Parts: sequence; structure tokens; C-alpha cells
Amino acid sequence: MMWPKLVLLWSDVAVLLLVVALGFVAWRVRGDAQRRRDWLKVFRQPAALCSAVVLGVFLLVAVADSLHFRRALPTAGGNAVAYATRVESGLDVVLDPLVRGREVTYSAPLASRAFAKATVGTERVYPRLLHGGAHLVDDTTERTGDVLVRALGGLVAGAVAAGAFALAVGWLAMGRAGFGRARRGETAVPWGTALLTVTVLGALVGAVVSLAPHYHVLGTDRTGNDVLYQALKSVRTAFVIGTLSTLATLPLAVGLGIVAGYFRGWVDEAVQYLYTVLSSIPNVLLIAACVLMMQVFLDTHPELFETGAERADLRLFLLCVILGLTGWAGLCRLVRAETLKLRELEYVQAATAFGVGPWRIMARHVFPNVVHLVVISTVLDFSALVLYEAVLSYVGVGVDPTMNSFGGMINLARSEMSRDPVVWWSFAAAFGFMVSLVLVANLFADGVRDAFDPRARVFRARRPVSAKEAGG
Amino acid sequence: MGRYLVRRVLYGLLVLVGVNLLTFALFFTVNTPDDMARLNIGGKRVTQDQIDKWKAERGYDKPLYVNAKETGLRQVTNTVFWERSVSLFALQFGRSDASGASDIGHEIGERMVVSLQLAVPLFVLQVIASVGFALVLVFFKNSRIDFWGVVLCVLMLSISSLFYIIVGQFLFSRVLRLVPISGWAGGLDAVRFLVLPMLLSLLSRLGTEGRLYRAMFLEEIGRDYVRTARAKGLGEAVVLGRHVLRNALIPIITSAGSYLPYVFLGSLVFESFFGIPGLGAYAIEAISGQDFAIVRSMVFIGSLLYVASYVLVDVAYTWVDPRVRLQ
Repeated sequence: MMWPKLVLLWSDVAVLLLVVALGFVAWRVRGDAQRRRDWLKVFRQPAALCSAVVLGVFLLVAVADSLHFRRALPTAGGNAVAYATRVESGLDVVLDPLVRGREVTYSAPLASRAFAKATVGTERVYPRLLHGGAHLVDDTTERTGDVLVRALGGLVAGAVAAGAFALAVGWLAMGRAGFGRARRGETAVPWGTALLTVTVLGALVGAVVSLAPHYHVLGTDRTGNDVLYQALKSVRTAFVIGTLSTLATLPLAVGLGIVAGYFRGWVDEAVQYLYTVLSSIPNVLLIAACVLMMQVFLDTHPELFETGAERADLRLFLLCVILGLTGWAGLCRLVRAETLKLRELEYVQAATAFGVGPWRIMARHVFPNVVHLVVISTVLDFSALVLYEAVLSYVGVGVDPTMNSFGGMINLARSEMSRDPVVWWSFAAAFGFMVSLVLVANLFADGVRDAFDPRARVFRARRPVSAKEAGG
Repeated sequence: MGRYLVRRVLYGLLVLVGVNLLTFALFFTVNTPDDMARLNIGGKRVTQDQIDKWKAERGYDKPLYVNAKETGLRQVTNTVFWERSVSLFALQFGRSDASGASDIGHEIGERMVVSLQLAVPLFVLQVIASVGFALVLVFFKNSRIDFWGVVLCVLMLSISSLFYIIVGQFLFSRVLRLVPISGWAGGLDAVRFLVLPMLLSLLSRLGTEGRLYRAMFLEEIGRDYVRTARAKGLGEAVVLGRHVLRNALIPIITSAGSYLPYVFLGSLVFESFFGIPGLGAYAIEAISGQDFAIVRSMVFIGSLLYVASYVLVDVAYTWVDPRVRLQ
């Protein structure tokens, strides 16, 4: 047994560090009564709780896709071990049937025959697919039944498994008494809603899992690759851009914001000038300019990477850094304003009177009190950045063209939509995945904003109370 | 007021200087003119002669900041920085880096007319549509219309503008055949080509802006003067239309004003998708063609518009709200 060689790409390190940091923050929050109350307020809202569950699933996909390795190649005895040039991830291993089930060209979702006619012998026919529905003897009559049976079976099995899993976790976490209260809807957090979300998700995943080894659930693209696989791979790209870019803004935004607000005077003027200059440049153009620079740099330094994946990944990582360096102005403005207010409060004055140095005051007294702004802006920016990635990739300054991303999928789908007959599934897949990711991120962000900064509420519409409910 | 404006304009100029320094440094410290030449000529084997010729043709063969060979003022003026940056302030954009070097200033002049035809009506319609939509939601607040309206907003703002474009083109141009998919014609014919991008652009921003304005109005509605107006017996429509709308104008102007430069630059993506030969499409072409001279000119114009729009917003404040005294 030869062990594969682990490949730690730049963005992998960042994603894994992020997960560790999330765990650390969660642990700290548990110990801090105030913060715990804030987060509890977030999860008390059914919409935010559901979206947190869905986001968690997306995160799981992204993390599984961030564990990269290169397989060891079988070598003649005694030779040095050689490794495959292809970099694979944990997700690739799980989705192996999809990777290997490559067709020749387009095929519709759940199809058993190709999308276009081809000449077989002397006839023009729709040829059978190599993998989609290959187990069927007579695909024209059996296909619908087979698909239905598999989908329903997977649906039920997935729902039951996920529901049982959620119940077991709930039971273990809350104990018998707590579980009873949750069942009657008496707990602060709407566990019933969470359970429902998990069950629905489980059912969906179950259906896909039972269909995927035998069919292309979302069809195949021009080169015969499975669209579902591409969509799932794109989740990581979106996630990395959404999280790393906001994280990259934080040091500058928070650091400069606090310093400007605390010292005022010329420091403040300088920082204000700096962010005015940055925000006065149209964003797409500034990013495009930076990305062009980076591209030239990567082109002139090919010796930095062993594989194409490493190159694509470094590009992704640098893109996040660029998005971070160009996008700190908004948060910086907020932090500065908040610091201006905080420095006049009694406890800061008291600290000054005790002779505490300015840097210590900023770190110990000001910083903890602007953290809520950081939390809010981090979750708010996430969805915006996911949308932005698509536009940037379309313009050609986004991620590497070889890397799966929603922008890349949309870009290809554009020409497919003008074909006749229309190839709609790539587009639909990108649409479905992207909207669900951005939607849950937005809902979660609203929840966080409501809980952490009630003043900046977006005034969510209340569900209208019907006369009967109001009366009873 | 006059003195304040002068100060704002001067500050704006200072910002432009900063932008210029930043983009220049960005372009020329990361990459040398040699790199740019190699990139533009393309191909693996590029001889130094070719590079020198390319640089000489475009004036990149001079020192970047200080020309030691010259004397006096020429030490500063006969440099890449002076010719390619300072001249921008005089709106002298020079020639593009591409092989068939065209005059950037001329291009910008022609394309700006096209962009404005899309931008100006769009900007006006955008504000009307978003404010109108938000007012309807606020009028029916805490009802089913409000609830589903906000749900719709959240859904709409979660959809990438690229989807609006592709679906819109597919539906209106391919299936219904109401308007051409893309392209451009001068004069009145332009309307045919402008209707769809305008409609889709409106839709793609309606969710974000509708929700934003709704929140603004709801905050305004909680104030005392609104209660007074209602106590006087004014109808809800009058309260909203006359009192709340007037008082919410400042935040509306601020958010609309910050959007102004983007409108003038032409929505990059919309123009390039619909084949409208405006500034946005020009910028995208330059980006994909890696033409730095054009990209830098566009950055400069973008910042210029940004600075201008902020001065305009300041002026608009005093006009809307006499309490605001600029000093």
C-alpha cells in the first residue's frame, strides 16, 4: 500500500485554519455569557437557523474539497515513488463514480441516450450513453420506472437517516427532559424547524446519492463531464472567495479604523484619504487591474508550482488577497465612526486616567467593542462576494479558467442557451446551487445583523397574523 | 457654501492624484515595461529588439519617474509617469497599447454618448422604481403584500445579475422575439436595443434597493411628525407621499448618488452582454485584451465621476433640506 502524497494548497491551509478558528470562536462564545446570548438570539429565528444548517452542509462540501492529495503511481519495485500529476481532493474520492462516468458530449439530466444524433453503422440514431442508464436492458421502457424507484427509495432512506441522525444528536445533547421540552416547542431555539430542515436536506441528498451512480442527475456538459460534479466543486470556490476575501479585509479595516478613530488628527486624515482614494476607483476596474498584474507575475514565474492545480489555487488565493486589499474601505469607515464614539465613553476615559497606554486601550477596550461590526460585515459580505466571483470570472479576471466556479459555468452556459435545442441544465444547475448558497447566506446574515446590531435592522416583514390566531 | 464647494473640489483633485499614483505604481512597479511588451507581443520567443521597438513606439522607453539625462523641468516631464499620468488631468489619454493603436480620448468621447443613452434614463427609472416599490410595501406594512414583497426582495437580491441577463435574453429575444438579442444602432433605433438591458438592470437591482428604501421609510415612519400628521387626520397615502418621502430624501440621495458613477461608466457587464458599444464594454475589452493604457484611462474617468458625484450629492443636500448648511 502506497500512501498518497498530501498536497497543501494555499487556500486549503486557509480553509482549514478557518475551520479551526470557527471551532475556537465557538468554544470561546460558550464561555462568554454575553456573546452566548447574542448568538442564541441568532438561532432563535427559524429562518436563520435553517440557513445555518444549509450553510453547514455547504461548508462540509467545501472542506471535503479542500483536502488535497496526489495518488502514488504503481512503480516497478525499488524505484523512487512517483506521484500522479492530477491533484485530487476528498470530495473527488466521494464523487468518484461521477468523475469516471464521463460521456462523449452533452446529455440531458437523467438521460440514457445522448443529446445529439450520431452515426452508428449506417443509421443516424441517438446512441446509448456510456454510463447514464447503462445498467438498463431496454432503456426506452425501463428508464422512467427505474428513475422513479431509485429517486423515491433514496428520498425516503435519506429522510429517515437524516431525521434519525438529527434526533440522536438532539437526544444526546439535551437529555430526556430537554428533549421533551424541544418536542413541545418550549425551547428558545426552534429545534423542530432545524429537524425539518435536516430531514428535507437528507431526503434530497438521499435521492441524488441513489441516482448518481447510475445516471447523470444534472446531465453532462460539452466534454461529457458530469454537471453535478462541477456544481459541487464550484461550491468550494465560492466559499473560499466569500470567506477568505472578507478575512483579508479585516486586518486593514479594523486596524486602520481603530487607529484613525482613536488618535484622530493627522492619522485620521491620512486614513480617510486612503480609503477615499480606494473607494473612488470603480471596483471592477481596480480588481481587474490588480488581477492583470498578478497574471503577468504568475506567467513570468512558472517555476513556483509543480502542477496546474497549484497554479490555479495560488491564483485563487491571490484573488482573495486582492479582493481583501481593495475592499476594506466600507468596514474601516464603520469601525472609525464607532471608535470615535467609544473613545469618549467613561471606561476608556477611566483607563486613560489610570495611565494605560493607547495601544493597550485600543486592544483591550476598543477592539472588543467593535467586534460586532466585524461579525456583521463578515456575514453580510459573504453573499455579495459569491455573486461578485461570478461577475469577475465572466469578465475574465476571476478564478483560473481550469478551476470549477459558478462564473465559469455561467459563462459556458451562455452559449449553450443560444443553441437549438437549448442545453439548459448547466445553467439551471449553476443557478440552483448559487441561488441557494447566496439566499441562505443572506438570510443568515440578516439574522446575525438583527441579533448583534438591533439599530441597523432591515425591518424584516412580519408574517401577517390571521384573525383566528390573533383572536385565540 | 461657495468656499465649502471649493474645498470639496480641491479635496477631490487630491483624491484623483492619489488614484493616479496608486494605479501607476500598481502597473509599473509590479511589472516592468519589458514585461508588458512581452505580454502584448505575445509568443514564447520575443527578442529584445522587438521589445525595444514596442516600447519606443508607445513611449515606454523613458525612465519611469526621473529622467537623469535631461536638465531642468525636462527631467520630470520627459518620463513615462509624466506623459502617461499627469496628462490624464488635462484629459489627454494618449494612445492605446494594442497593436492598432487608437486614440483613447476619441474612443471615450464617442462611447460616452452611447453610455449616457443607457445610463441617464436608467438612473432616473431606477430611483423611481425602487422608491415606488418600497413605498407600496410600506403602505401595506404588516400585511401579506409586505411580507411576500420582502420575501421577493430577498430572493431577487440573491440572484446574480448574470442570470437576469441570460434568462432575459432567452425569454424576450429568443422565445418571444420582441427585441434583438444584442447589437447597436444610432438615433431612435437605439431604443430597440436599450429596452431589454434597461429592464433587466432595473430588475437586478430592485431587490437590494427596494429593501433598503423600505427600511429607510419604516425608520422615518416611527418619528413624531408622522404621528402628528396622522393625528391631524391625513390619510396614509398623503402621509407617505408628502411627509415621509420628503424627509427620507437625504438617505435616498446619498445612496443614489453613490451609484451615479457606476451608471455613467455604464454597467460593465450589461454593456458587454448586449453588445452596446459604451464605456463599460470598452473597459471590458481592454481588460481581456490586457491593454493597460485604456484600463488606466478608464480608472481615471471612473474616479473623476465618483468625485464629481460626491460634490453633486453635497449640493443636492442643501437643495433638499434647508437645515443643512455646508461650511
